[in-house]
Amino acid sequence: MPKHELVLLKNMMQPGYTGSLADYEKTGGYQAMRNTLGKIAPTDVTTTVMKSGLRGRGGAGFPTGVKWGFLPKDYQGPRYLCCNADESEPGTFKDRQLMERDPHQLLEGIVLACYAIGAQSAYIYIRGEMVLGSKILERAIGEARAAGYIGKNILGTGITVDVWVHRGAGAYICGEETALLESLEGKRGLPRVKPPFPATHGLYNKPTVVNNVETLANLPHILSRGPEWFASIGSPPKSTGTRVFCVSGHVKRPGNYELPMGVTIRELVFEHAGGMRSDKPLKAFIPGGASAPFLTPDHLDVKLDFESVAAAGSMLGSGGVTVMEEGTSMVWAALRLMEFFYHESCGKCSPCREGSSWLVQTMRRIMAKRGQMQDLETLTDLCKNIAGRTVCAFGDAEVSPIMSTLKHWRHEYVTLIHEAEAANLIRPESVETRH
Amino acid sequence: MEHPGRHLSEEKWGEKVLKEKYGKEIEEILSRYPVKRSALIPLLYLAQREHGYVTEAAMTEIAGLLKLTPPQVYETATFYTMLNLKKVGTHHIQVCKSLMCALVGSDTVIGWIKTKLGIAPGETTADGLFTLTAVECLAACGTAPMMQINDDYYERLTEEKVDKILADLRTNGTSPLKSGPYMWPESAKPGA
Repeated sequence: MPKHELVLLKNMMQPGYTGSLADYEKTGGYQAMRNTLGKIAPTDVTTTVMKSGLRGRGGAGFPTGVKWGFLPKDYQGPRYLCCNADESEPGTFKDRQLMERDPHQLLEGIVLACYAIGAQSAYIYIRGEMVLGSKILERAIGEARAAGYIGKNILGTGITVDVWVHRGAGAYICGEETALLESLEGKRGLPRVKPPFPATHGLYNKPTVVNNVETLANLPHILSRGPEWFASIGSPPKSTGTRVFCVSGHVKRPGNYELPMGVTIRELVFEHAGGMRSDKPLKAFIPGGASAPFLTPDHLDVKLDFESVAAAGSMLGSGGVTVMEEGTSMVWAALRLMEFFYHESCGKCSPCREGSSWLVQTMRRIMAKRGQMQDLETLTDLCKNIAGRTVCAFGDAEVSPIMSTLKHWRHEYVTLIHEAEAANLIRPESVETRH
Repeated sequence: MEHPGRHLSEEKWGEKVLKEKYGKEIEEILSRYPVKRSALIPLLYLAQREHGYVTEAAMTEIAGLLKLTPPQVYETATFYTMLNLKKVGTHHIQVCKSLMCALVGSDTVIGWIKTKLGIAPGETTADGLFTLTAVECLAACGTAPMMQINDDYYERLTEEKVDKILADLRTNGTSPLKSGPYMWPESAKPGA
């Protein structure tokens, strides 16, 4: 038995649990909704979520209740909830599990969020590749609609919430909330300039909240067990609740592990994920998805909560923890991530569009032992001129693998360049030049 | 690495088949959104299901259905990697090459498929059965290395498993080795 209580993964860990409506109801599913809709004022639901300290699980970690509170109070037109299920951050695979194994938990959270913000329509924007997940969600929506949990006049309360699944079509940037909205409107997924924020000018220019799958899945539990219960888990006051940590890379048992925020990386990797795959020691890890800077074994006792990881020079991000063993080339690892960012840059902002190409070319040159010492300055200079100079956070994300590996493993870059220089010395043309 | 379906086909414009064949489904898709253009990606998927890729004719027809210009449809279609603008093989093998899969052997998987099928990423076998693409992260890092073939995920790949999957697809058009829902970590199976 796990020594920590499972919240989000609890149902699905029961033998025989299929995620059907009947299974979900047997575990107390939709009770939070029954006890909330029409019985607790929507503003009080928002207050409860604020008190719980729930912060967005998609990456940015913005307080959920506060985000809801930004919606204009007196606006009479339609409002929208968009569930961000475009899980595409390398190292992250928790939302997929939450959707495929317990879809009703998410749907209940969506209806509760819609009730709190006064939205009658919700779209689940799921990444296009997750065909199975979208089918499972559509089936669950059908079940919930037939049972009166979704649709017009939910449970006789007069409240209407409709939910639709919208499949993306393969673009990492659509996980950025404004790019998601553009994509949902049938356009290229290019991020919008903020402000205005989605809270006032979101989907179809209407007030909109965009929340991650894991964030929404927490809502039924917060409402049924109370904000104090949620706030007592993890690292209060700023990192409350559990987190589904995704562990990948060189560990014995990669997978999703739900643990209270504040667990150390050492415990997560060595107790839960079974430790290192081989006998080689841990060399590096990424604590929060591909956008988070790399950390070293010196950071193994850093607590996995928003503040502690930030203080260590990285970020908790999406909760995707990737572990690398001794012997892994950090230049290669950074290059692999850089190739991802180069491929996925949407092209809207010149620093990111041009810079990612330049970065990946320079990195490939160094990795192929054709680099020069000057390339390290070029990389640093490029990174400084990309970060903070783009419409969305993609620019900051794409420089983090290079900046952090240059910081901690600069000698590996230097070694590759020295090898390149040594190889150049014995080139016939080099010899001729010297004569 | 070139994506095999990223260039426009030679199809001619003007064909109108989607409305006649999928009229009811199109109406249902349109009913989900207050603004017609939101139905664009779902309709492009419909066109892809019909033809195996998105033809120019289909894009023109969709433009008409949504009261958009063909360039508006085209500019959206060209942005997304899952919308193929050129024919791909019956089985589109997409192997994840991102860091998390690469750490545990995706390059070997790609190399193995290259050897078995005689095609490099971006190419299709002569019989039109398989197209191989190296793609970026597919949210299955915990069960890496992995690949997606058409709608299905295949995870925790080994050379033997890849061989079996390719053989199954050749003979039956499907394989029981496809995975999902989400695979558990070895230690976390319910009831284990």
